[in-house]
Amino acid sequence: MDAVNDDRQQVRDEHLREAVASSERPKPPNAFSSCMTFGSRSLLRIKHIPEQLFDVTVFPIIFLLMFTYLFGGAIAGSTAEYLQFLLPGILVMTVAQITMYTGLDINNDIRKGIFDRFRTLPVWLPSALVGSLLVDTVRYTGASAVMLGLGYILGFRADGGLLGVLGAVAIVLFFSFSISWVWTTLGIIMRSDKSLMMASFMVMFPLTFVSNVFVDPDTLPGWLQSFVDVNPISILVDAVRGLMHGHATADQIIWVFIVSGIFIVIFAPLTMYLYRNKK
Amino acid sequence: MSQNELSDLAIEAKGLVKVFGKHRAVDGVDLQIKKGTVYGFLGPNGAGKTTTIRMLATLLNPDGGEACIFGHDTVKEAAEVRSRISLTGQYASIDEDLTGTENLVLMGRLMGYTRNQAKARAAELLHAFGLEDAAKRQVKKYSGGMRRRIDIAASIVVTPELLFLDEPTTGLDPRSRNQVWDIVRTLVGTGTTVLLTTQYLEEADQLADRIAVINEGKIIAEGTSGELKASVGTGTLTIRLADPADREKARGVVEQVLYGQVHDSADATVLTANVTNPSLAAEVLGELGREGIELSDFSLGQPSLDEVFLTLTGEPAKEQENKKEVQG
Ligand SMILES: Nc1ncnc2c1ncn2[C@@H]1O[C@H](COP(=O)(O)OP(=O)(O)OP(=O)(O)O)[C@@H](O)[C@H]1O
Ligand SMILES: [Mg+2]
Repeated sequence: MDAVNDDRQQVRDEHLREAVASSERPKPPNAFSSCMTFGSRSLLRIKHIPEQLFDVTVFPIIFLLMFTYLFGGAIAGSTAEYLQFLLPGILVMTVAQITMYTGLDINNDIRKGIFDRFRTLPVWLPSALVGSLLVDTVRYTGASAVMLGLGYILGFRADGGLLGVLGAVAIVLFFSFSISWVWTTLGIIMRSDKSLMMASFMVMFPLTFVSNVFVDPDTLPGWLQSFVDVNPISILVDAVRGLMHGHATADQIIWVFIVSGIFIVIFAPLTMYLYRNKK
Repeated sequence: MSQNELSDLAIEAKGLVKVFGKHRAVDGVDLQIKKGTVYGFLGPNGAGKTTTIRMLATLLNPDGGEACIFGHDTVKEAAEVRSRISLTGQYASIDEDLTGTENLVLMGRLMGYTRNQAKARAAELLHAFGLEDAAKRQVKKYSGGMRRRIDIAASIVVTPELLFLDEPTTGLDPRSRNQVWDIVRTLVGTGTTVLLTTQYLEEADQLADRIAVINEGKIIAEGTSGELKASVGTGTLTIRLADPADREKARGVVEQVLYGQVHDSADATVLTANVTNPSLAAEVLGELGREGIELSDFSLGQPSLDEVFLTLTGEPAKEQENKKEVQG
């Protein structure tokens, strides 16, 4: 048995020679095709490590249940009423926090050698990032669906109707895509996954908690209110609440696009610059 | 086409420098590597081998000097360079969570093959590398030798004109190491140029047409392995005595013939000594025979990297003098 295995494990000189000699260099793939290939890699990774999906399934469920029943009575008097207020916010918070994992993936690729291999390939360089960001968007969609489904069971009703909900999810996705570039930038800069997680949490915790996700900012002291007002998470939550409950203003939505645009304009080129020139 | 491209050099580097903080990791490296040859970088940990390779492979911009790969500048014409090279890094440069097949198909797709072509190519390579049994297993479950092979396979999904192999056999058992050597020889047989780094003189000796010994960011010797060994001029003679009681007498004989230092070993029957010339080793053996000292075994080894290295950096001379003083 061992001997058979041994034999089979041998490098096959003949075949190797043929294999090496027979390969012709194909035309390099176009940007679209290489993005799709990198996307398929992310999908394969999910297939092999399904635990990855915890953050888009279990997290939303825990968050929603926990905060609805923890704060519901105290803040709004009743959980049913609080859910109407909370769900749009907690949806934003959950998806925004999941985006941090984007940075973790790129950080891992860099610390292992695979990043070097990708960078020596004759492909459009950003496709490695764009491909995995596309798959991440699918993950965020999944998280949103889980949360909305559970919310519906718990009694959440969107006054804005289906269209409002779809619009809300769409801008959440766009915003998530834009802040992903912040995490990719950090993912390239940070030396270890631990320091990366630390840095990401330090950014994300204040942003999600010191916001209008849980409470109406009118109850806050003035100096805190001004922070909450410029907090990008608050801006997004306003728009998402507005869309879901059918009272969104054009201003609210435009602000989300402005904020997202700023993130993309600053951090996408920065990520690409660092990606290309990583030591 | 530039004139350079017609030259017979795969790699030409002048005065490459890379500085990390205050540390000059690579400090003025010049290289001329002919197409179709195997070139070996030999050096201890931290010598700057990986850093040099990363500059040549367009992954790192040099802080000084320049390098051309097949006549294309690694900084200004990085895309041209990338379409001709492939890199197998020091640490696994594949996705360990994916299977062998998935990794190779991924590489094939990224090189521009269609899905079906990529699959066929993956199967062909897995077969050639003796990995088809492991094709459907995640790479993280592979043994060290299998991992190395799949890593190299991923580098030749499209046969590159120039392949960088960073310490391809470190940590492999002799059989796996031989397999990697076979792969390298086959690749070179079909015209690929290979630049490999190693910490083992034997490996450089076996594979490389020319060797550069690199230390603290500088090339301190360059040549064929024969030239290098001649410049070092020393090997290690190890003799094993049939009777440990002969040890002192044997030591006297060896010292007399070699005029050199004899080292004791933990094993009371073993003596080792440096020899500058193989014929002296024969003389030692002859003399031991005439003195009636029986040997159970002897060997004449190549100088180890340690010895080559110490000789080149000029340190052993000092060390030996000191020892002699202590003895005298
Ligand atoms: N990104 C980096 N930042 C700072 N210092 C670095 C970096 N990369 C390498 N160095 C330093 O540069 C020197 C050369 O490193 P390099 O990895 O090139 O050595 P090497 O010859 O490949 O060694 P080894 O045999 O251990 O792989 C080392 O002192 C190392 O600490
Ligand atoms: Mg190295």
